[in-house]
This record gives sequence, structure tokens and C-alpha cells, in this order.
Amino acid sequence: MLRKVTLLAAALVLVAGPAFAASEAKKPADIAFSYEGPFGTYDQAQLQRGYKVYREVCAACHSMNLLAFRNLADRGGPFYDSKYKNANDNPYAKAIAADTQINDLDSETGDAIQRPGTPADRFPNPYPNVIAAKAGNGGIAPPDLSVMAKARSGGPEYIAALLAGYTDPPAGVTLSPGLNYNPYFPGGLIGMAPPLAPDQVTFDDGTKSTVKQQATDVAAFLMWAAEPKLEERKQMGAAVLVFLVLFSGLLYASYRRVWRNESH
Amino acid sequence: MVDPAVNAANPSGGEDPSRRDFIHIAAISAAAVGGAAVAWPFIAQMNPSADTMALASVEYDLTKIEPGMQVTINWRGKPLFIRYRTQAQIDAAVKDDGASLPDPQTDAERHKEGKAQWLVLVGSCTHLGCVPTVGGGDYQGWFCPCHGSHYDTSGRIRKGPAPTNLVVPEYAFLSDTKVKIG
Amino acid sequence: MSGHSTYQPKNAFSRWMDARLPVGRLVWDSFVDYPTPRNLNYWYTFGGILSLCLGVQIITGIVLAMHYTPSAAGAFNSVEHIMRNVNYGWLIRYMHANGASMFFIAVYLHMFRGLYYGSYKAPREVLWILGCVIYLLMMATAFMGYVLPWGQMSFHGAVVITNLLGAFPIVGETITTLLWGGFAVDEPTLKRFFSLHYLLPFVIAGVVVLHVWALHVVGQNNPTGVDPKSKADTLPFTPYATVKDGFAMSVFLILFATFVFFMPNALGHADNYIPADPLVTPAHIVPEWYFLPFYAILRAVPDKLMGVLAMFGAIGCLFALPWLDTSKVKSMRYRPQAQLYFVIFVAICWILGVAGGKLPDDHVIPHLTTFNFIDADLNSYVWLSRIATLYYFAYFLVVMPVLGLTEKPRPVPETISSPVLGDSDKKD
Repeated sequence: MLRKVTLLAAALVLVAGPAFAASEAKKPADIAFSYEGPFGTYDQAQLQRGYKVYREVCAACHSMNLLAFRNLADRGGPFYDSKYKNANDNPYAKAIAADTQINDLDSETGDAIQRPGTPADRFPNPYPNVIAAKAGNGGIAPPDLSVMAKARSGGPEYIAALLAGYTDPPAGVTLSPGLNYNPYFPGGLIGMAPPLAPDQVTFDDGTKSTVKQQATDVAAFLMWAAEPKLEERKQMGAAVLVFLVLFSGLLYASYRRVWRNESH
Repeated sequence: MVDPAVNAANPSGGEDPSRRDFIHIAAISAAAVGGAAVAWPFIAQMNPSADTMALASVEYDLTKIEPGMQVTINWRGKPLFIRYRTQAQIDAAVKDDGASLPDPQTDAERHKEGKAQWLVLVGSCTHLGCVPTVGGGDYQGWFCPCHGSHYDTSGRIRKGPAPTNLVVPEYAFLSDTKVKIG
Repeated sequence: MSGHSTYQPKNAFSRWMDARLPVGRLVWDSFVDYPTPRNLNYWYTFGGILSLCLGVQIITGIVLAMHYTPSAAGAFNSVEHIMRNVNYGWLIRYMHANGASMFFIAVYLHMFRGLYYGSYKAPREVLWILGCVIYLLMMATAFMGYVLPWGQMSFHGAVVITNLLGAFPIVGETITTLLWGGFAVDEPTLKRFFSLHYLLPFVIAGVVVLHVWALHVVGQNNPTGVDPKSKADTLPFTPYATVKDGFAMSVFLILFATFVFFMPNALGHADNYIPADPLVTPAHIVPEWYFLPFYAILRAVPDKLMGVLAMFGAIGCLFALPWLDTSKVKSMRYRPQAQLYFVIFVAICWILGVAGGKLPDDHVIPHLTTFNFIDADLNSYVWLSRIATLYYFAYFLVVMPVLGLTEKPRPVPETISSPVLGDSDKKD
């Protein structure tokens, strides 16, 4: 009986599975990111390139409110250096932060001032408030990118496909001003203009700066930003699973011994 | 817990009892190890979080303080005293280096070399954590209103229930006018 | 608790304590000496697994509440603060979020087990109803917990579910306004949901105590459905059941850990990583997977009030089950026809779950348009839901009462030990 139920359930999964892939938008191509799989880790060079794309292109319109400069030097992050266990001491994080002007109040006078950033500061917001962000972008505020890679189905693959996927609209679709056509965007009409262009960002490691490269790298960076503890999680998970399998084996042996003379 | 019942159910197991015990003991030990390992994250989460740690050091511009004055700033949720001592106050502190002190320390040990005018102290009474008032007490240093502890101009305890001197935190001069605490 | 206590205090302190507050005796009688049928299979280990789930949810939940901010402005960011800054916060939050799903996986298997072996039949009606109460409380707790991260799905899920109650005539609007504490789901709603989400698990724990108490009064059911007649039919709970439950828990934890560490967001929805925005509804509102069958029943009925009543009725059937089943035989092991209907019922619950996650007008068989029947194409999930809903209710209201009177069950053994020793049916 149980076997029948189980088989039926398995058959249903097979039938129902493909049905989930109902699509109106174009399906993003799969990308073999380094962090995928049970032992995957982030590619630090890719994160550094992705951060550069974010900072030079995306940050003009998109905020990233949940990230602080110190996060860049956290374990698994773009500028992590095992010499600096405390991310606040990392020279890259300090230098990147100091390059930024942060709005603050003078602690004596209360005047609004700007001061160089410290690693503890969050990434600055390109707009002073949501209203300004809406006003500057045709009525729709550019979404915050902190957890963007987890907030869209398709994740980083979707982001990479979207950024590199702008095309001319198909016949019959007319674009109103301020709209662009992107087949990966649900509905196809997107407010964001094509943000990337070849060689728009110069990569410090000499990687050829194609649109696809920029899109893939920034997608990986956004995945790191959304899930910074991924490496720690997978490493701990491997240890936990090994323990649980051994523990289950021990318990099973114990169970067999306890029950060995009892029919059941 | 396991063994008596096992033996009761199988009075003559007919096998090497040590091996049988070993499996049960190993399983119970593994459960104990697993339990302890699980407990750690639940305890560690109470420690300061990463954003709190990031704010654990502050920098302060000393040019804002007049001689003889003290500023109190918030450091790790506690008051931090930065006092610009006059020569008279320094002399008073040095003079008492040889006096009988509950927690003997010389004034020189309590400030950075060559910076005798700057005294940086955690503003928590070492008795039970109240905030002492500046310039009060029998020694013109600090006086804690809660239980009557008197500190001198070096922040050393002289009279009252507090057991030790006011704590000097870890700090460094980044320049002549800028100090970094923590 | 049933029968004579065999507890013997071992030392002076336990004798002193036993005369004043016999907790040692209670534990001994309930979890050591307590006789369990010797033929319990692994489907009977989910009770223990469920206590583990409740414990995990309460402990991780208390920890999360130490760092969480129940305010419309702060909730989303405080959850992300837990994920990013709190030591092991990501682990604790993922345990809590996936723990809810694990809890429901276990409770559904536990319930199907009870359905199959007739564990709701006399004298276990109260035991079964207490279980249904726990299930209702779990659903309320899970729903309010899902609101707390204050993402798009949290917010609009809360809007949809609270609006359900508005379907009731006369009192509906009053009830929703009372629930919201305003004109819509907002700050006051979030705060009261947080408070209740913290409270209800302890209420669940209280009902679990009653559930276990009722269990120990009537004794456990078993795959034969025949009550133990002699000592030969039972074994002491410890070590026999404890070690088996322990092994099953450990295997269950492997599944749990796989989700927490390697696919922590697989059971969630991407839209809940977008902060709540009352002005924009996500394109496709779906509840968490464990509510999908009921959501499908709700949408299968074209009328708002009737849909809500059908949904609550689907749960109500469970409460009435002990009196709907007319069979003299408890376990379906000896009811071949009932087995068939049961398997279809399980499949129907699954189909309802799948249909609940789809848009009603989506085609079941892709790219095939048949003909419009009443209000929708016959090849659509709304029609699939309707057929499945019909079977769901028919199973309780028709099959259960009628089959018990008409079927011819196979012979039932005299005692548990007689089929155990030599019956080829024992492995099912």
C-alpha cells in the first residue's frame, strides 16, 4: 500500500514538475556560477568586477541600503583578506569607504555636513528619499538591490539575462516614451534603459569588458550581497550532514540491537 | 536508561555485553555531542552582532575641549570621559602617587606618555556602574552619587565602596588633536 | 497512566519527592514503562518527530524575537539584520522558516497515518479532535508567522486571508476591521500578529500535553487496529519505542538540514524578499505550500461566501470524521476497498496542492484548449480543483459512511501477535 502511494506521489511530481514552467517572459539561460552546488564558493575576482559594475553603473540610480562598506571585506566578500579578521581594519574597505561622501550631522553644531565614509557606513543612497527617486525615474523608484538576487524568480540568472537582453521591440509593440523592450522582463516593457555597454567598465584584472561579462559579474555580486553567508552555510551544512548520517547509522545499529529478539 | 530494560527483556542475550553496550553508549554520546554543537549558535547569537562590533571604536577631535573641561561621549553604550586637565590638577594627582591608595597606580600609568593633560576614562563607577559627576568629592576628581565613591583627578579611587580606579580604555592618539578609542 | 504503576523510587530523594510531587513516576509511567504495541511501524514515529519540530520552532522563535522589530518600518530590515549581522542569525532564521515546512510535512504524514489505520475511531475520538485542534492552531501560527518578515507575500497574503473573513454576512466587515486595527493591514495588524505568533506555540504545547494524555489513557492504535490483549502484544516504551523514534528523528533531521543548508529558499517565495508595498500587489499571490490544497478549494467555488465556507468545511470534516466512518473495522489493512479510496484521497490532496499554486485559468495540459464549461475552459486548474474538491468532500461525507456499511472487510486477527508471527501481510 505504502509503495503504491509513494509511486503515485513520485509520478505526480514528474507530471506536475514541468507544468510549473509556465512562461510568458523569455526563460533566462543557465549560467554555471562558481557558488552553485553543495560545495560552491564565490569567485572573489568576479565579485570585485561585479562590485565595480555596481558602483560605476547601477549605483547611479539604485540604492543598496542593507550593505555597509565593511561587508565588502567580510569572509566570502569581494575584498576579504584573511590578514584582517576584523573587516573594519581591511584597507580596501577603508579606502573604498573613504572615497565616498556620507551625509551626517556635525556633532557640535547640528549642521548637515558631508564627511568621508568609514567601513561602518552603509552604501550611500543615490536619492535623498523615495519621492525624489520616483520623480527622477518617470514615477517608479528604482528598487533597492540589497536582496535583489533573491527577490526575483530566476535569481542571478534572470538579472544577468535581463541586463544583457535588451532588444528592439517585436512588430506590433510600440514603446511609449521612457519605456524599453526586454523579452526577459515580465510583460516586456521595462522602465530601465539598457544600462551596460561594451567597455563601459574597465576591469582591473584585464578581463575583457563585454556586456555579457559585466552582466554576469554584477549578477554574481548581487547574489553575494543577497546571500553573504552562503559559503559559511554550505560548509557548516556539509559537516552537519556527515554528523547526522553517522548518528543515524549509530542509532540504527542501536535500534537493531534493542529489537533483535523481538518480533514486530 | 537504556540498559536495565534491555537486560530485562533479554536476560540471556548470549552476546558480548561490552559490544552491545558500546553501540548504545556511542549513540548516546553522539547525541550529547550533537546537542552541545547545536547549543553553541543559540548562545553565540547573544554576543554583539557584526554591526554593533563595527561601531565599537570612535574617533574624537580634542580641539573642541577647553582646559579644565570634560566631555562625555557615548562609547559602546557607556559614557566615556575625556578630560583636559589643568597643570594644578595634574600636580595634585602626581603628588598623591605615594599616598596609601586602595588600588595603587601612579598618575603616569594612567595617561599616554607626554600627554598628561589628557585623561580618557570609562565613565562607569567601578562599584556598581553609576556615572560619577565631574569635579565633585573630597579630591576634586569625580564623585559617584549612588553610593559615595570619591575619585581623585587621576580617576583613582580614594574613598568609598568602589574597589578599583576608573578604567582607562584602550585608546591611541592618531594625531596631537585626534584620539581613537577602542 | 493506564494500569498499575511499576515505578520504584531508587533513592531517598526520589522517595521523598515521590510522596510530594511524583514527576519521576509520571515520566516513568509515560515514557519508560508505558506499554506500546509491538507492531508499530515507522509511520508511528511522526508523533515524536512533531514534538521535536515544536521544540525547534519555539527555541528558534524565541531567539529570533530577541532581534526582530515588529514595526512596519523596521520588520523587513530587522529580518535582514538577523541574516547578516547577528551571530549565526542566518542559521536560526533559516531553521525557523524551513522548520515550519518540516512541521507541516510531519503533521500531514501523521494525519494520513491516522486516517489509514483508523486512529480516530472509538475510543480515540477525543485524541483525534485534540489533534485537529493542534492542526488548526498550527495553521493560525504559521499564517501569522509568515506575515512577520513584512515582505510583499507577507503583506498581500495577510490582506487576502483577512479579507476572507469579510465574506461572512453582517459581522464580516466588523471582524476584519477588528483584526486589522485600521482600514487595512498595517502597523497595528503586524504588532498583534507578532504578539499572537509568540503566544500560540505555547497554547499548542498545552494542547499537545492533552493530546499525549488522551493517548496514554486509551493507548496507542497500531497497524492492525486490534487493541493489545496481553503483555505479549506490547513492549515497554523505553528502550523499544525511544530508540526507534530517535532513529526516525535523526533521519528526518537529514531532510531538515538539507533544506536549511543547501536550499533554504526553495520552499519560500521570491516576492517575500521585496519589502511590503501596499500600493503594488505581486502578479501571483500564493500561500505557503502547506495551505495550497485549501486555497484551491477556496478558489474552486465561484461564490465568495460559499468558497470560504467550503474551505473551513474541508477542515470541519476532519473534526466530524470519528462519526462519519461507519466501519466496524479500524485499520484499512483489512479494508481493500477503503484502501483504494484512501489512495485516491491522498492523490486528490496532492492535486489540490498543485492546483492551488497555479493561476485558475492556466491549462492543466499545456497548449490544449477544449471548450468553455460554465465559466472556464474545461482544461483549466479551476475545473481540476472543482473535481478534486468534489472528491475531497465525497470521501468524508459519502465514502466513509456508505463504505463501512457495504464493504466486506478481510478477516481481522484476534490479537496483535497472531498476524505478526507469520502473516504475510505484515509489511505494508
